[in-house]
Amino acid sequence: MSDLEARTKTSPNDSIIMLDNVSVSYRLPSERIGTFKEYAIRKLQRKIKIQKFWALTDVSMQIRHGEVFGIIGNNGAGKSTLLKVISKVLKPTKGRVVVHGKIAPLLELGAGFHPELSGRENVFLNGALLGYSHAEMEAVFDETVQFAELEQFINSPIRTYSSGMYARLGFAVATAHVPDILILDEILSVGDEAFQKKSRERLQSFQQQGATVLMVSHALDSMIGMCDRIAWIDHGIVRKIGLPEEVIADYRGDNI
Amino acid sequence: MTNTSKPVYDSASYRGSAIFELKELGKYRYLLGQLIRRDILTRYKRSILGIAWTMLNPLGTMLILTFVFSNFFKTEVAHFPVYILSGLLVWNFFSQGTNAAISGLVWGGSLLKRIYIPSAVFGVSAIGTALVNLVLSLVPLVIVMLIDGAPFYSSLLFLPIAILILTAFTLGFGLLISSLAVFFPDVAEMYQVLLTAWMYLTPIIYPETLISAKWLPFYKINPMYWMVKMFRLPIFEGRVPSWNELLPALAWGIGMLVIGWIYFTSKSEEYAYRV
Repeated sequence: MSDLEARTKTSPNDSIIMLDNVSVSYRLPSERIGTFKEYAIRKLQRKIKIQKFWALTDVSMQIRHGEVFGIIGNNGAGKSTLLKVISKVLKPTKGRVVVHGKIAPLLELGAGFHPELSGRENVFLNGALLGYSHAEMEAVFDETVQFAELEQFINSPIRTYSSGMYARLGFAVATAHVPDILILDEILSVGDEAFQKKSRERLQSFQQQGATVLMVSHALDSMIGMCDRIAWIDHGIVRKIGLPEEVIADYRGDNI
Repeated sequence: MTNTSKPVYDSASYRGSAIFELKELGKYRYLLGQLIRRDILTRYKRSILGIAWTMLNPLGTMLILTFVFSNFFKTEVAHFPVYILSGLLVWNFFSQGTNAAISGLVWGGSLLKRIYIPSAVFGVSAIGTALVNLVLSLVPLVIVMLIDGAPFYSSLLFLPIAILILTAFTLGFGLLISSLAVFFPDVAEMYQVLLTAWMYLTPIIYPETLISAKWLPFYKINPMYWMVKMFRLPIFEGRVPSWNELLPALAWGIGMLVIGWIYFTSKSEEYAYRV
């Protein structure tokens, strides 16, 4: 099934991610109460005003099975919050999120690596953090190391790795399994040019195997080529969802 | 709603329940093992003696305390080194475990903001690491007993049960205190002071006979009094605790675990926002 067919033939019935009037509010950091004393005093004075900041307001969208869905918007618009709500890191304050598949989060590569452990040990630790079992990691271990081009160094402590080696291993572990949904948050620039090409090819092969891709990026021109649809988020509100060219044109028009 | 297959994730039916979090923990048991392994391997990775420090640390403290107390306080307890070491092992387990639960949740918080992990994993693995250390430090206890000529009683077979009850209490308390530390950062600092006071209020480094009869009822409010007693009796007096001695420990152990788990999991969806 080609992308084009997927784009034209799908009905709302094959939505893999559904957001129904999702709102997310954060407490403002300045309102954080650090001590019991402060808490007790304010409680007595009935002065605990929770100042809320709405990062997302009434966001509804359906992302279809197999599509590449882009999210654009200015800094602080709520793009990352949206990804976190979908990858069940944050529970929505209001509304409902339903996801029909396993999500591979690619938010920050190599988060959770321990510098004193070897590359090998870190592959298993990181795999466990991403929710995989020992058998699942065992099955992809050799291929992962090979992809990261770290065969020679895999038994050395990761603190001896260069930042490029570190990021390559992080990318290789996070993409070791074909997920139902892949989340990309501006991380397509890992390693040197050859590795970037290799990682793009890996992501494309995921798509061909039916994975749904959700990406956040500021590289608007490259998104036109890659995405099937794009959502523009502005101050926590969906401004527009539609074909990449149209949404990006509107977004650019708004920012002049 | 729009899809007939069962969703993998539905925010409407998610989190905040004690049973649900227990199931999630079961799914992430491989991560639990990995975290315990990491903490044990990395703690002493660059030191020459490595994991032997787990055993040498309480041994050193015991030697100092034995020297100080037997010279200045003229205690009349037979096998005083064994008495001190057995109490210290219980205390070290409790203080290290609960402290690791606090730092584990704070460290894990940076991950909880990025990927989904059941938040109880960090507290449970912290207590798991402390448990491995406790079992390892039974080795120096046996060595000290041999050197000191202390008798080995068959009541030692009760120790696994004592350790189980102690672990339940420590896990419950660790979950509770780590959860509070997320919402009130001062708690972590306050807890260090509390721990010091708590240790001196528990008969660990001084014999229970030193406590005057007037104050003893107050000592018995302290759950750690019962934990230390339960652990020490089989080693030191060669008998299994009586029901009167065991029940308070058992009640504290189970009660604290239930309270800690329910409280911790009732806040589980807030950690990613707050840590």
